[in-house]
Amino acid sequence: MIRKALLLSATSAFLTLFTLSGHAEDRVVNVYNWSDYIDSSIIDDFTKKTGIKVVYDTFDSNEILETKLLAGGSGYDVVVPSANFLARQIQAGVFQKLDKSKLPNLSNMWDVISERTAKYDPGNEYSVNYMWGTVGLGYNVKKVQAALGTDKIDSWDVFFNPDKLAKLKDCGVYVLDSPADIIPAALKYLGLDPNSTSPDDISKAEEALLKVRPYIRKFHSSEYINALANGDICLAIGWSGDVFQARNRAEEAKQGVEIGYSVPKEGAQMWFDQMAIPADAPHVADALEFINYMMTPEVIAKSTNYVLYANGNKASQQFVDKAILEDPSVYPDEETTKKLYTVAPYDPKTQRIITRTWTKIVTGQ
Amino acid sequence: MTDIAATAAPSTETATLPARLVKGFVNRLVIIIPYLWLLFFFLIPFIIVFKISLSQTAISMPPYTPVLDFKDGVAGFLAGFRELNFDNYTWLTQDALYFNAYVTSLIIAAISTILTLIVGYPIAYGMARAPATIRPTLLMLVILPFWTSFLIRVYAWIGILKPEGLLNQVLLATGLISQPLVILNTYTAIFIGIVYSYLPFMVLPLYSSLEKMDYSLIEAAQDLGCPPTGAFWKITFPLSLPGVVAGCLLVFIPAVGEFVIPDLLGGSQTLMIGKTLWNEFFSNRDWPVSSAVAVILLLVLTIPIMFFQQAQAKAQEQGR
Repeated sequence: MIRKALLLSATSAFLTLFTLSGHAEDRVVNVYNWSDYIDSSIIDDFTKKTGIKVVYDTFDSNEILETKLLAGGSGYDVVVPSANFLARQIQAGVFQKLDKSKLPNLSNMWDVISERTAKYDPGNEYSVNYMWGTVGLGYNVKKVQAALGTDKIDSWDVFFNPDKLAKLKDCGVYVLDSPADIIPAALKYLGLDPNSTSPDDISKAEEALLKVRPYIRKFHSSEYINALANGDICLAIGWSGDVFQARNRAEEAKQGVEIGYSVPKEGAQMWFDQMAIPADAPHVADALEFINYMMTPEVIAKSTNYVLYANGNKASQQFVDKAILEDPSVYPDEETTKKLYTVAPYDPKTQRIITRTWTKIVTGQ
Repeated sequence: MTDIAATAAPSTETATLPARLVKGFVNRLVIIIPYLWLLFFFLIPFIIVFKISLSQTAISMPPYTPVLDFKDGVAGFLAGFRELNFDNYTWLTQDALYFNAYVTSLIIAAISTILTLIVGYPIAYGMARAPATIRPTLLMLVILPFWTSFLIRVYAWIGILKPEGLLNQVLLATGLISQPLVILNTYTAIFIGIVYSYLPFMVLPLYSSLEKMDYSLIEAAQDLGCPPTGAFWKITFPLSLPGVVAGCLLVFIPAVGEFVIPDLLGGSQTLMIGKTLWNEFFSNRDWPVSSAVAVILLLVLTIPIMFFQQAQAKAQEQGR
């Protein structure tokens, strides 16, 4: 996490210098997106087509992005926060409203997704969906079969039931280092409202997580891709597309590692990553052109085919690989969609309780 | 400053008045530079952090309420003084988390410093006793790792220490162990990382004080029948004490606030003050509380060191 922060603060300092010294006629757009989250040929195509140079930086946690945005003067033109973070950032005045007359491709967007993102960004005035996905269970099929005697996981029970997780301890369990993804899952498993901000409910979730804590090897938000792919671990709570990337890497490596992903039957969190333009962005026109380009059906389909996350673009679906489009764990069918829930942003007081609870779960203090 | 002026005065007796004034100004200038450095790179940043620690969080850019600014003129600034509160500092005392994190950090830093001293002293001693012709080469070898990025060197340790990593492969192949050692993500890995990363900061001051030592003192001790170990503890070690102190401070101070090494090599359970600060700043986006944590950390470090230096200065005075 911090290694990225260090690297990125250096790059952004460099970037600021670069943009200051650039000639007025050089068109540039500074994009800040999640790591492993685009087919890089898309960027080259964009530059070829429009003549706008793309400076592309990556992060792996919403917190890093948010801190840069709140400090102001980040120098970025397009950033991609998750919707629950975006909601709070809009309140803080971080973003500018999108000039929709410059975004003709908005007509391609998928109302099913736009309706849900409007909960965070009313009227979708500040943001456009890039990708969306779920928080679920990624697992090593053979190792889970050996430890539990079943090759199909379909419930949070495998994680929250200490007897079951104890059997997986030796082959390795990783969990996202992200309380906003894990605590709602614990609440859902306990049959409580995943959006609950009541301290009582949160302490029940804490109790459930502390019971299984001894069997968790590490809390980390990106290492699990490689760990799953190499067969170092057998279970991870992770983001859908990351687990699929692990599955593909494992297939390429041909070491016999087989990775499965499951949206638990109790329900799973649905999240949205949104493209937005900071209020102090230096190249607004170029940023709008970039966002509009990303809404071209063929372009965003290419990205989905590469990163294995679903996108919020209805018109792109005819260009998405059939295997991906028909995989209910990427594009959930109606049955699965009903079980998905969204999580609202926390108010500062609840955020503090959540972070404190998380520290206790992770460090035992 | 006055000392310098006083000692300089007799020698300039013959100089003209303007020349003396110029000389006095130059003397002062030399002293002013480090003070300016401290002002710009220590005092001003510290005041900014301290100011933030007195404000409250807010959903805005930047995410805290302004305190003590001159927006409403001098009167507004003075009015702000009356509203100052130290809530964020009382908050730190209400949850044992912060205290535990400070203590853990101090303990980890202390153990690492002792380990670094144990590893670094023989290296420095060997270097100081080596023939003068190869000393520059040895010195170069100690500094060489700095030419590679610190992050890359810490990442390399992940490759060495992980269960299927280099170290375990070698130990398994030689039959010394039958099960891979679990080192990565433990405290042992943190100590290895800190000792490795900070070793040059220990070796260089030790070397410079050992190199200046007059070895005829050791010969004299041996001639008088003192065994080598006795001579070491009675002569070498006390004479290298300034180097030991400088090296230990150079390792201990940054190790307390270390964040990267515990994050990469340590396990999730490691609670250090750097991580706590990170959580407050990034997860809770509570810049005021994280500033308060930073201010306290600075006090925890500087106050004992100031007392220590004062005591040392006194001891030196008495020694004369």
